[in-house]
Amino acid sequence: MQIIDADIVIVGAGGAGLRAAIAVAEADPSLNIALVSKVYPMRSHTCAAEGGAAGVVKANDTLDYHFNDTVSGGDWLTDQDAVELFVNEITKELIQMEHWGCPWSRESSGHVAVRPFGGMKIMRTWYAADKTGFHMLHTLFQTSLKYPSIKRFDEFYATDLMVDENVSAGCTAIEMRTGEMKLFRGKAVIICSGGAGRIFPFTTNGAIKTGDGMAMAYRAGVPLKDMEFVQYHPTGLPGSGILLTEGCRGEGGYLLNKDNYRYLQDYDLGPATPKPVLKSMELGPRDRLSQAFWQESKKGRTVQGKWGDVVWLDMRHLGEKLINERLPLVRDLSISYVAADPVTDLVPVRPVVHYMMGGIHTDINGATPVAGLYAAGECACVSINGANRLGSNSLGELLVFGARAARFAVEHAKSVKAPREALVTAQAADAEGRIKALFKRTGGKQRVAQLRREMNLTLEEGCGIYRDEKSLRESVAVIADVRARYRDVALEDKSSVYNTDLYQTLELGAMIECAEAVAHSALQRTESRGAHQRLDYVERDDKAFLKHSMAHYNPNGDPRIDYLDVTITKSQPAARVYGAAAGGQAA
Amino acid sequence: MSKRNIQLEVLRYRPEQDREPVFQTYTVPCEEEWVVLDALNYVKDEIDRTLSYRWSCHMFVCGSCGFKINGEPKLGCKAFLRDYGDKIRVEPLDNFPIERDLVVVIDDFVDKLQSVKPYIIPKEEKSVAAGEYIQTPAQLKTFKQYSMCINCLLCYSACPQYGLTNQEFIGPAALALAHRYNMDSRDVGRSAREHVLASHEGVWECSFVGACSIVCPKDVDPAGAIQQAKFTSAIDYLTSMVGIGGK
Ligand SMILES: Cc1cc2nc3c(=O)[nH]c(=O)nc-3n(C[C@H](O)[C@H](O)[C@H](O)COP(=O)(O)OP(=O)(O)OC[C@H]3O[C@@H](n4cnc5c(N)ncnc54)[C@H](O)[C@@H]3O)c2cc1C
Ligand code: SF4
Ligand code: FES
Repeated sequence: MQIIDADIVIVGAGGAGLRAAIAVAEADPSLNIALVSKVYPMRSHTCAAEGGAAGVVKANDTLDYHFNDTVSGGDWLTDQDAVELFVNEITKELIQMEHWGCPWSRESSGHVAVRPFGGMKIMRTWYAADKTGFHMLHTLFQTSLKYPSIKRFDEFYATDLMVDENVSAGCTAIEMRTGEMKLFRGKAVIICSGGAGRIFPFTTNGAIKTGDGMAMAYRAGVPLKDMEFVQYHPTGLPGSGILLTEGCRGEGGYLLNKDNYRYLQDYDLGPATPKPVLKSMELGPRDRLSQAFWQESKKGRTVQGKWGDVVWLDMRHLGEKLINERLPLVRDLSISYVAADPVTDLVPVRPVVHYMMGGIHTDINGATPVAGLYAAGECACVSINGANRLGSNSLGELLVFGARAARFAVEHAKSVKAPREALVTAQAADAEGRIKALFKRTGGKQRVAQLRREMNLTLEEGCGIYRDEKSLRESVAVIADVRARYRDVALEDKSSVYNTDLYQTLELGAMIECAEAVAHSALQRTESRGAHQRLDYVERDDKAFLKHSMAHYNPNGDPRIDYLDVTITKSQPAARVYGAAAGGQAA
Repeated sequence: MSKRNIQLEVLRYRPEQDREPVFQTYTVPCEEEWVVLDALNYVKDEIDRTLSYRWSCHMFVCGSCGFKINGEPKLGCKAFLRDYGDKIRVEPLDNFPIERDLVVVIDDFVDKLQSVKPYIIPKEEKSVAAGEYIQTPAQLKTFKQYSMCINCLLCYSACPQYGLTNQEFIGPAALALAHRYNMDSRDVGRSAREHVLASHEGVWECSFVGACSIVCPKDVDPAGAIQQAKFTSAIDYLTSMVGIGGK
């Protein structure tokens, strides 16, 4: 097996991975960086982010406000030291992006413009029309081309982490063009592999978001933290699951039920003012809005459509000029996918799985319990998102913690001696052996698409916006069954070059592992908090559950779940207040 | 639910077993709302696990799913079945070697992208503490359109010059990107990019057929960018002639 040596191996070249790579290159140009990604960097799903990135910049705003919005938005499950660091750092990162050429939308004065976003009390979300993530990703990718120490391995599929006595030593990855397995040896590894929304059937997440890095870390003994917290975004297009950014509501769009009534006022989010007010109505947090949809649908007040129940997103009063200027992609997507022009028509929407609050357990420096192994971006759980992420905090998160994890990885890489070669080589051979065995397996009766569908459905039914013990037990059982049958999947394509049968099969394996962590963590959390709503335990229970769930992998059965205290510094848990009492700025 | 059977003719090429590309036809029961990418996914999931193609976002922003559909370069996720008859032909993009089935080798493009130095070259390094650059909406507008490129390569597939010059021509998207940075008020890198742009593989190679701008799914208008760049390149040339010995 070919060995590629690097000082720092980064798995994933989305926003987090690129930001980390640049930070390493800037910290010490003599360090070799291997940037490994299963897709070309600009295909990473950061490109899909539309709305923006929050950072305090205007005179009427303070770091404390951003801190408080984030902590209460996360229903006090956030680690407050991490949130404090985040709100302190993010604006510098956004300015750095500006210097690198990110085409932020501007005020007439030439300063960057900000827009309102859900759950934020003050306007602080920087944006580049409704293509913020796209511009950030391309800016980072293009900027990364400046640094000769960043060596890219595009279209390399990472399979396993090499760990030597709790010290990270690299990873294996398959070169997709040839099918050959390579061993990347590195003194530090940073996982930046993105989220896992594809474990659900109806999601805004692209095909690549299959939780590979989460599963790699999980199998290597790193716990997955807070996996039961899955964010539903309230406004996805029915059928395709394509997102219409929160910016639609930030700009003043309404959500209407079948009687054209702004139903959110019935869920402690009112009053319904014609102009948007922050932290109220349509600008409430995502968990509350998605839950309100579910309640409306139980009351029979949603609209029946071909692709399930929908409500209406009404942007007609915003006018064509504003829609073209600030929401051009939204218009394009709505016309193309649901034949509704937001300028003249109501657009059908429904909640759709969007973001994993949970992920690879790290501390505030992005470090996992395995020395030299770091994680950043959506795959990681630092945790600044707690039980419910606020929109526009994760583009910021991948910058702040991508760069920070990189700086700590640099320190680590400079301090360690090389891992024991023989052990690492043996682990790599094992990883290769597993792939070879998969190629040799014949007569498998299980099909990837079928197993994926069963996993998808049981998550939506059992681990959706509302859950209870019965639904969760059902999910746990179905996932265990899918996991067992997965061992009987045989490849139909035995070729080496760009074999997507192989990669989809490996991705399914990773998704099953993530799904298992979601279902078990949700079953054991007998309270309701943020995005985790139990019909059988409707109250938040700070006594028992002001704690992070930690799911530990068990190769032979159910994961073990234990708990880690939440870090509280200056904000004691309280009731989350939205609507008139929240005192949000008029947007 | 109304389903329509579509004959999907897909160009297959598996280098380990096929001597040359051949068409394979699949009958796909399609929903009317679907795009061509959905039909390919149906084939992959339900009919033939060996078919390979790239895709990810399904919302025309990641640039992965460029194919030739009924002869035209298109994004698979933006090619709505309602605009097609019952027979659809899907081929890999032209002007790139086929790696496997609908997957093409794009190394050449990635190198070209890098060659135009697509990043801000500032007048002087500015610290983050010094805050953002001031850039008015009007200044933003001068380059915004050229920053919308998703690197889908439909324009390279459509560009006659890229094919005719055996891929020597730097091509529409990379030139548009160079122009994007040249036009950015924060950038002074025009002279650093000039040797690539004004080289014989650069803007002068373009014969202004405009095919690139017609197929571009993001209205980047690379042809317009190239025309503008030619103009500035000519001015640069003239100034440098006039300025000989003057500096
Ligand atoms: C439609 C949409 C809109 C959004 N809008 C916003 C918004 O407005 N504001 C906001 O703050 N957040 C938003 N988010 C969330 C935010 O965009 C993501 O959380 C963030 O971009 C994730 O970035 P990342 O770098 O962690 O991962 P990604 O960008 O997903 O990158 C993951 C990388 O890992 C690589 N990878 C994965 N598995 C492997 C493997 N096995 N081997 C090798 N490489 C691998 C991939 O190739 C890719 O390069 C949005 C999300 C979606 C889906
Ligand atoms: S210029 Fe247009 S067609 Fe060409 S790569 Fe960019 S987006 Fe695609
Ligand atoms: S799948 Fe991303 S552009 Fe088509």
